[in-house]
Amino acid sequence: MEVIKIKGTDDTPTIILDKESGVFEISGRSLPEDVTTFYEPILNWLDEYQEEANTKTVFSFKLVYFNTASSKLILDILMKLEDMHENGKEVLIKWYFPEDDEDMEEAGEEYADIVDVPFEQVSYNL
Amino acid sequence: MDKSNVKGFLEFVYDFYRSMKAHEITLVYEGEITHQITKAFTSLTESNMAKESEANSVQKKVFHVMVECLQNISKHADSFGSDDFLFAGRGIFMVSKGKNDYHVTTGNVIENDKIEELTEMLNHINSLDKEGLKNLYKNQMKEGRLSEKGGAGLGFIDIARKTSNKLDYHFLPIDEGSSFFLLTSSISRLA
Repeated sequence: MEVIKIKGTDDTPTIILDKESGVFEISGRSLPEDVTTFYEPILNWLDEYQEEANTKTVFSFKLVYFNTASSKLILDILMKLEDMHENGKEVLIKWYFPEDDEDMEEAGEEYADIVDVPFEQVSYNL
Repeated sequence: MDKSNVKGFLEFVYDFYRSMKAHEITLVYEGEITHQITKAFTSLTESNMAKESEANSVQKKVFHVMVECLQNISKHADSFGSDDFLFAGRGIFMVSKGKNDYHVTTGNVIENDKIEELTEMLNHINSLDKEGLKNLYKNQMKEGRLSEKGGAGLGFIDIARKTSNKLDYHFLPIDEGSSFFLLTSSISRLA
């Protein structure tokens, strides 16, 4: 499968989706001018990946900021991972948040409430 | 402008400057709100806050509120004389910094027939406590759909959650069909 590697900017996140090496990661800041267009290839990639997913997928979110429009698209990504989980694949979401960032921690808790998929919260030092 | 008008104008500029100082306004803008403008204003305010060693949590909250307020204008301000939905909304945007709070204020034109729905939504948000806001946000994220302009209906809820304050708003009539919608949010500097 094609590897997605998007280098982050001050308003778009860094994204790596690499089936072969098992790296699935979204990090940085997300407030793209057009969220739908920005995240479309990611969601399409996940649709394709779902058909031939690895036995285990660890998907990491290491965001420092996202706007409300992005929050909806992040949920769309999580829901695709939930589908995979429901279809018998092993999936683990790792939600990283800066140690002192309660809002980002809470955002992770909220997503964990909404989607039915194994979810791990990981705090780190900036 | 003839000579006497120039003097009047420059006096106006000075008055304008003084009232900005009196109201502790650190940023004021009127015009189209584009993505570039949003980026410029947020990074300017961010670097100012960093220079003044504002608490991290305060900086983050101000950033959140600014982005959502600016996007509200760019997505929802009614643009008269243009049917193009990509036409960036315009309005007034202001940041002021007092001893205890930051204030982020927006103003934009809206059609009168949207006032009722908007008022209902704002009052509903203002009636909720922390837990209620959290549930509303979650539901809206699950059930809400992105509008063609990328709005998720989450901005006001997010502002209320990030500031832990009620949304202060006001409508001023412009003419039969439209009004000016003003919204101001306060972010406490006492982290």
